[in-house]
Amino acid sequence: MTHSALYRLLPYLKRYRWRVVWGILMVLCTNVFALVSPWILKQTIDMLTRPFNRSLLLWYAALIVSAALVEGIFRYAMRRILIGVSRDVEYDLRNDFFAHLERLSPSFYQKHSTGDIMSRATNDLAAVRMVLGPGIMYSVNTLTISIMATALLLKISPHLTALAFIPLVLVSASVKKFGAIVHTRFQRIQEQLSHLSTQVQESLAGIRVVRAYNRERAFIRQFEECNQEYLRRNLSLIRVSGLLYPLNALLSGLASALLLWYGGRQVVQGHMTLGSFVAFVSYLAMLTWPTVALGWVVNIFQRGAASMGRICQLLDAVPEIADRDVAPVSIQGAIEVRHLNFSYNGTPVLHDITFSVPATSRLAIVGRIGSGKTTLLAVLARLYPVPDGVIWIDNTDINRIPLAVLRSALGFVPQDAFLFSETVRDNLAFANTEAGPERVREAARVAGLEQDIEAFPNKLETLVGERGITLSGGQKQRATIARALLAQPRILILDDSLSSVDTHTEEKILTRLGDAARGCTTVIVSHRISTVQGADQILVLDQGRIVERGTHPELLGQGGLYADLYEKQLLKEELGVES
Amino acid sequence: MSHHEEEVLGKVYDGRLARRLLGYLKPYRHVALLAVALTLGASALQLAGPYLTKIAIDGYILRPNLGGLNRIALLFLVFLSLQFSAAYLQNLLVNWMGQKIMFDMRLEIYRHLQRLEIAFFDRNPVGRLMTRITSDVDVLNELFTSGVITIFGDVFTLAGIVVVIFSMNPRLALVTFSVIPFLFAASVIFKIRVRHSYRRVRAAIARINAFLQENITGMAITQLFGQQRRKFSQFAALNEEHRAANQQSIFYYAVFYPLAELIGAVAIALILWYGGNEVLRGALTLGSLVAFIQYSDRFYKPISDLSEKFNTLQGAMASSERIFKLLDTPVHLASPRRPHLLPKVRGAIEFRNVSFQYKENEPVLRNISLTVAPGERIAIVGATGAGKSTIISLLNRFYDTREGAILIDGVDIREMSLDQLRQSIGIVLQDVFLFSGTIADNIRLHHPQITLDAMQRAAQAVNADRVVEKLPGRLEHRLGERGSSLSAGERQLLSFARCLAYDPVILVLDEATSNIDTETEILIRDGLAKLMKNRTSIVIAHRLSTIQNCDRILVMHKGEICEAGSHQELLRQRGIYYKLYQLQYKDQLAATGTNGS
Repeated sequence: MTHSALYRLLPYLKRYRWRVVWGILMVLCTNVFALVSPWILKQTIDMLTRPFNRSLLLWYAALIVSAALVEGIFRYAMRRILIGVSRDVEYDLRNDFFAHLERLSPSFYQKHSTGDIMSRATNDLAAVRMVLGPGIMYSVNTLTISIMATALLLKISPHLTALAFIPLVLVSASVKKFGAIVHTRFQRIQEQLSHLSTQVQESLAGIRVVRAYNRERAFIRQFEECNQEYLRRNLSLIRVSGLLYPLNALLSGLASALLLWYGGRQVVQGHMTLGSFVAFVSYLAMLTWPTVALGWVVNIFQRGAASMGRICQLLDAVPEIADRDVAPVSIQGAIEVRHLNFSYNGTPVLHDITFSVPATSRLAIVGRIGSGKTTLLAVLARLYPVPDGVIWIDNTDINRIPLAVLRSALGFVPQDAFLFSETVRDNLAFANTEAGPERVREAARVAGLEQDIEAFPNKLETLVGERGITLSGGQKQRATIARALLAQPRILILDDSLSSVDTHTEEKILTRLGDAARGCTTVIVSHRISTVQGADQILVLDQGRIVERGTHPELLGQGGLYADLYEKQLLKEELGVES
Repeated sequence: MSHHEEEVLGKVYDGRLARRLLGYLKPYRHVALLAVALTLGASALQLAGPYLTKIAIDGYILRPNLGGLNRIALLFLVFLSLQFSAAYLQNLLVNWMGQKIMFDMRLEIYRHLQRLEIAFFDRNPVGRLMTRITSDVDVLNELFTSGVITIFGDVFTLAGIVVVIFSMNPRLALVTFSVIPFLFAASVIFKIRVRHSYRRVRAAIARINAFLQENITGMAITQLFGQQRRKFSQFAALNEEHRAANQQSIFYYAVFYPLAELIGAVAIALILWYGGNEVLRGALTLGSLVAFIQYSDRFYKPISDLSEKFNTLQGAMASSERIFKLLDTPVHLASPRRPHLLPKVRGAIEFRNVSFQYKENEPVLRNISLTVAPGERIAIVGATGAGKSTIISLLNRFYDTREGAILIDGVDIREMSLDQLRQSIGIVLQDVFLFSGTIADNIRLHHPQITLDAMQRAAQAVNADRVVEKLPGRLEHRLGERGSSLSAGERQLLSFARCLAYDPVILVLDEATSNIDTETEILIRDGLAKLMKNRTSIVIAHRLSTIQNCDRILVMHKGEICEAGSHQELLRQRGIYYKLYQLQYKDQLAATGTNGS
């Protein structure tokens, strides 16, 4: 794993460079003062071994407390500054991440699952944050305290230092070695956990098959085996990880034992004072934590680099649709499509589509499921890229119109009625936050949602979604229609937006919509004939081609696909089937 | 599972739950006792270090005795290795026990889930049940491993220090202890504050995640209406709250750690000052003074651990409450205590005035009566929502009828054993569910008595062998999750093979509606005819060919059977069947390949 991805963090850190410098300075100061008190301890104990002045004792005690106080203040500043910076960078990075998501086109979201994007925004970002905070802080800390404490140890007794370092090196090596083993065993546990979860998930999702074939016992047995393997792998981890802590205790204890034996000798032989001996123990203890932390910090950097790589992948994704050579225009609403061919992931979806819609007229598109209706609408809204010269709005190539201008002229009602978990008002006035209550209510009335809203507990202020009320499919569809109306569009696009509404209500909504959207170009897609029969022009799509076009009476007269759909529609109504 | 689930706060201790949890410990009580003993042993050995140092200083360093020093260092080594062994063994035992308990619990939960009726799964999303079996059980592990037993160790360590230093010099001990209340108070206040800000952080991150999830899903809407800037500022506000919550928690950490060290420094200063005077008076040896300093260093860990236990307990109580609630869900639908066992099932079916509803006042079936003779083939047709699939669910006793009765060979299915009932009925659902595993696993569903040979014959009989042969490894081919690599038609054929391998007396089939290519369509038609042969069959039909293969057609409309007869008879009636025929089946006559529904 290369660390190169971590360099991408430098511009972020640069914004806070003075705080980082201060923070590192605080680390140094903290460590200097941390080293003071063992030294005083040494002085005190040496003093105790010979006749001394009582008042000095109090003086030394006061000195120890003062040193700790100053050290504490520096340590406080160190944490606040360095960890604080890591949170600030995390904040900036997360904002940039979201801003970039907002620029990416729908095709990106079809290639990347929500779960995948989420895990980059959460787990990976957290791993990167660990580098910025604890990673940086502890590496500076470990480095400085090691150098300083080692220098003092050497000053007290070079021999003893050499001897005491043997166990410390072993501690560091064992942490690293065990860390690697623990990591692989832990991954094997995670794999098995994912097996176990899949098994539970599948056997519950497929519970009807399990019951129908009377296989409960077999599935329990299977689960038991899987569970057993999970247990086995966990125990194999424990055998190693359970050793880590006692082993570290053993090794650092070994250092104390060596110290007692060899250091005691030195004192007895007069090479060292008792105070130096005690101070030596204290300094050595200061080194134990950094040696343990060393393996941990290396780990933080490795994981952080991998995570930053994954975040960068996303930040580097280029938006497929963006403004290029745009010209300032205002949109009236005439649409012209010339020989449009469109493929999706290599599969041709639309073939040679040509039609034109004068501003303020009404176009309807019908066809079976999968005939390409929704794709055609998406292309009109430039959700997918099209070549130059194919789609024209008011005689301007759609690719030359600034996206913001194009989209603000559209009132798009998508097939899947998506609402945000905000209030009903926020959802309706989504594109037009300034719209007053009168306008919102009027849009709701047109969309046939007025009475529903009256019945909601807090009327327009009712929250939608998990924390509020759950809207029915029909209510959601009508809300999205009101939302599109409030956007004051020049072109209103409805993609099968009344499928969950019964035909009777649909008729009323369509009539009101006709009045409200009088000045708009309307493009409406439906598989229901009742929805489209009033349009100025109807296109019939089949397998991505326009197979029939005309008005309702004309198409009925042709006796083709449209007439067939119409006949079936009538049958369905007779059977009382809503679809 | 879900990013939205915020932490539920609960009681720290609930006697009823605790007793029940203790029940899981019972099979391993000897191990638990041994672990407690080892914990105490390890703590005691750990306390020996400073005391040995004292002896060394007083006895052999200040009064030079190199031989004694060697002995003491050796003893120190022995104690160390003992401590190491005890700590490692204790670690192993405690974790082994925790893992075993989790194993038991997971199995118990899974067993219970396999007994609960289908209606339970309609109410409880799979994700939530998964959380019980994974995360909630994991939380309990922490209780058993780092909770219960280490408390003994911590308390013992503290008590041990108290005893040892009291025996060395009671006055200095009291002076030293004077810092403990401060340390304890600081720890407790810190833990409470940190827990509070941790919750604030969790809540903030949950909101960020919920917002992200929703806005990734609805990104097209934001872009279509050009609301990126507004959405961004909403996101930035949530992000800011997360940062603020974290800065607060950084503050607590930044204050607490230096404070704990300061208290430690005060303890050392007190020992030096008061102890130094005691040394001067001859009331304390220099070695004891050093030992005091080393002991005062060891107050911190157990105190901090103890204040941590609060969290562990609270989490464990909340999780165990959820787990027990699931385990206590009663099983409403089970085999009768003394089932009526049929010596041989012939396959006569009768629905006697059956009415059913999933939800109050939304009847799905109204007073259905029908009889099917052994070996007879029945097609049920009707528009979506007419109640056809419910007939299958009821026959298989996925649900119990509220009114009326369903009989097989004249016996109410509620009096039959579930085993016999479900063994007699082979079911093919519209949505073929495949498990990840091999093709063989999916055909025999882990039934040991269905041999490879039998599977091959079954597959061959229903034309599924064509699917199997195309796959590398054939029957041993491993399918990905939910068998997503296979087409709808191929899955259908595999489910026929599965059904035939079990050789049921009664066949119940909900025909798939998805578009299938002509070639597969013909294979399916042919395979289905073979599957229905010599079996009482109830088929919810979507294909004209299937309907024509049946002896009798029942037409369902809004929960009732409104027409019955043969294809020609029903067409002549010009009723609902006639219209359905016009709507759904007529096109199939013209082109076998296209399925015009």
